[in-house]
Amino acid sequence: MTTLQRKTHPRTLSRFATALVTAAVMGASVQAVAQDDDPIKVGILHSLSGTMAISESTLKDTVEMLIEQQNEAGGLLGRQLEAVVVDPASNWPLFAERARELLAQEEVDVIFGNWTSVSRKAVLPVVEELNGLLFYPVQYEGEESSENVFYTGAAPNQQAIPAVEYLINEVGIERFALIGTDYVYPRTTNRILEAFLKDEHGVAEEDIMVNYTPFGHSDWQNIVSEIRRFGEEGKPTAVVSTINGDANVPFYRELANQGIDAADIPVIAFSVGEQELSGIDTGPLVGHLAAWNYFMSVDTDANYDFIDAWIEHTGDEMAVTNDPMEAHYIGFNMWAEAVRKAGTTDVDTVKDAIIGVTVPNLSGGYAAMMPNHHITKPVLIGEVQDNGQFDIVWQTPSTVAGDAWSDFLPGSRDLIADWRAPMRCGNFNVANGSCGGSTAAEEAEAALAE
Amino acid sequence: MRRFLSGVLCLLLLSMATLSQAQTPTTPSDDDAALALLEALDVENFRAKGDAITAILQSDDERARDWLQALLDGRLQRTSEGRFVVVLNNTGRDWPVADALTEEPLGEMSRRDLDRIGINNALRNQLRSAIAVVDLYSPNVERRRTSAERLLGEVDETLAEPLEALIAEEEDSQVQRRLAQALAIYQTEAGQMEGVEALRGSLHPRARVALNRAANGDDPVVADAAREALLSIEQNLKLNRGLETLYFGLSLGSVLVLAAIGLAITFGVMGVINMAHGELMMLGAYTTWMMQQLLPGQPGLALILSIPAGFMVAALVGIAIERGVIQFLKGRPLETLLATFGISLILQQLVRTVISPLNRTVVTPEWMSGSLVINDALSLTLNRMYVLGFALVVFAALMLIMRRTRLGLEVRAVTQNRAMARSMGIRATRVDIMTFALGSGVAGLAGVALSQLTNVGPNLGQNYIIDSFMVVVFGGVGNLWGTLVAGLSLGVINQVLEPWAGAVLAKIIVLVFIILFIQKRPRGLFPQKGRAAEG
Repeated sequence: MTTLQRKTHPRTLSRFATALVTAAVMGASVQAVAQDDDPIKVGILHSLSGTMAISESTLKDTVEMLIEQQNEAGGLLGRQLEAVVVDPASNWPLFAERARELLAQEEVDVIFGNWTSVSRKAVLPVVEELNGLLFYPVQYEGEESSENVFYTGAAPNQQAIPAVEYLINEVGIERFALIGTDYVYPRTTNRILEAFLKDEHGVAEEDIMVNYTPFGHSDWQNIVSEIRRFGEEGKPTAVVSTINGDANVPFYRELANQGIDAADIPVIAFSVGEQELSGIDTGPLVGHLAAWNYFMSVDTDANYDFIDAWIEHTGDEMAVTNDPMEAHYIGFNMWAEAVRKAGTTDVDTVKDAIIGVTVPNLSGGYAAMMPNHHITKPVLIGEVQDNGQFDIVWQTPSTVAGDAWSDFLPGSRDLIADWRAPMRCGNFNVANGSCGGSTAAEEAEAALAE
Repeated sequence: MRRFLSGVLCLLLLSMATLSQAQTPTTPSDDDAALALLEALDVENFRAKGDAITAILQSDDERARDWLQALLDGRLQRTSEGRFVVVLNNTGRDWPVADALTEEPLGEMSRRDLDRIGINNALRNQLRSAIAVVDLYSPNVERRRTSAERLLGEVDETLAEPLEALIAEEEDSQVQRRLAQALAIYQTEAGQMEGVEALRGSLHPRARVALNRAANGDDPVVADAAREALLSIEQNLKLNRGLETLYFGLSLGSVLVLAAIGLAITFGVMGVINMAHGELMMLGAYTTWMMQQLLPGQPGLALILSIPAGFMVAALVGIAIERGVIQFLKGRPLETLLATFGISLILQQLVRTVISPLNRTVVTPEWMSGSLVINDALSLTLNRMYVLGFALVVFAALMLIMRRTRLGLEVRAVTQNRAMARSMGIRATRVDIMTFALGSGVAGLAGVALSQLTNVGPNLGQNYIIDSFMVVVFGGVGNLWGTLVAGLSLGVINQVLEPWAGAVLAKIIVLVFIILFIQKRPRGLFPQKGRAAEG
């Protein structure tokens, strides 16, 4: 029985084979050429929607501007840079997914991203598993040092501690209301601050008030009323605010509505910058404080040039710059410098090459990458002005090196991080000479859990 | 601070006495002196700056107050040529400036060419006190009131006498009272009985501090009197605090009522669980923003116009949802829930794409900002008061519609017994559409109110949808009174618990309470009655 079978005609077969071979040869040659034109992919992992969009969306634009500038200057290692943008939408588990997408699918060479510490904690295991590089531009609570993360934002000893010392020494504050959003950064920072106030400055338990609210909390009547009562006992009082995201707007509005002026109870915030102030009526906020390592009002030519470039990039005359943007500026330049030094974008080589790299910052000094993956930054205290800018009222005489493990918490006092060979440890316990691994981290966590 | 103020006040009193006699025109030597005063400000040392400020205050220069205000605002600057200027508006990159001495406008200058005369917090306080002292003599009554309040706790023995003279001369009763209070506080802290007597019943926190100090003082008689005064004040304070918590609870409750009342109507009439209800509120809030964009500079008018506009926009979207999706899913509550959830996601993303994922700024008009001061211990924020009133008005309007109009009659009929109502000639489908439109419109009104209290962003609806369902479930479906009582009581419970348990725990406790309540009364506080309803 004749079965209907397709027999490949010999002539078709040879034609097919020829085509295949030609394609392979062409492909190989294209491949050889493409190697030099293959763009370096830079991942951007910032929320473009949700409660953190108010803070994070400008950081995506900043990295895109830096990439553009670098490409205009000839790219990096003769290759152009390409931005790969994803939107984790202020959803912390989604941050981990998007990070995996960037590293595994898009195969980016570096990621600039994250704002909240909870998002960073979600991304951490992914970036360590897939051996990626993350540049984290925001102030955070410390108690962490990862081989794959570079912390260009402030550690507590570069923001929270100097801010509280300013309040005690320069303003004469004796009572402290620690108000924060309910997640790891405010909770850990407040533990550090409480220990600092009680142990270093002998502040009594009843002179410290602590309060946490969920993200996006908008009904501040009760809490602001409590703050007012807390401040009416006769001792000078201040609020140390670790409120994050758009909950800040109704908070400051309620302070104004209840007639609390910065001269009565000043609020010093760690997560409120020019971006959060733009678009709200800053009249009632005048005199309140913020602690950062950079303000848009810094009077240097480098800063004015950066601001002009930013205004041109966004096309908005009223665009503002802020501290995390400067952190990305520093981080990007450090990474570019490390890549040039190493001659490759390979993660392991860049990781070693970047330690010791020094680039100029925007406030007239320099930032250096330390072995614990933190950088040196100056500390500035600014007062809110009518026009949404900050008036710098105090600054450290020189830059402060970031300390990943706080000296004020018992579990982390003895820990240091050093990622240079041969130590390569994120939590080395100097008291017992061992690379913490589980023990020190466990101890630290146990202490934090107390 | 006190020594500074008293010295200044004495000098000022003397100078005011002489100044009222003659007003001399400025001569060239005056200008030189003025320039010297300003140059003394441009130094590095903050203490020296403080002395310079005192010098300016003690001068008779009529421009002094303007300079001090400009210095306080950070608008006193110096050009590279050494000229002192006052910035008129410090937004943007180029600023309009005027000469500090002659006050003539000099056009615009770039901020790169100007050097600001900086101050710190201590100087800020000193400047405020200085301006306050100058303002004590201001013809402007408001300025005198603010500066009188600043004097509380800042008086000492050198100030006491001139202060008494000032009180006698003062015309405005409020200013007089404050100055008398300031004097009494000083006397109390100095251990004088008449001060304690004068402070009896005063609710101002500074008065309490003074009485506390007197109660711990040496003289037993005075200390006893102070303690007595404090006790009576404590009672009064507790009462005021309770009233304040009640007000907070009612205002939170009014927001909940506005959010839930539309849901109660649609749920009651049609049995439709509308998960897009929050997004209808969001649309109402965005309508307010849009109105303010269309009428720049008139936030109050825009707000009033957005009440009907928000209602219409949300109602139209509601009709679209009803005709487009819900009418095909009659009698299938689970599918309706899923479908409306999908619509809520679509609406959120639509707003994010078409407008922006960032929050929009909605300005609170002047007449709604600040608070109504009842006494020194109780002040009610105005914006929440208006929202409370608005919620009650909306409730009353809805009651009227339900009781007095044809539509209301039909709605009630269809709610009680759909089949019977249809057999009486009522077009149930038309009633459905109108009800959904009404419920959605009210959600829009809730959004307009919310735009004044919270951030306007695509996520606004998500923050209130759970609360709306909580109120409807607690209060009973389809019943307006139930929604009102449930909303207000949940608001009050939440605010009472908050200072004690914290914001997060208070919410949890309220939810647990509702779950337990539903076990006992599954149909809520005010359930619907009737065979069809229970069937």
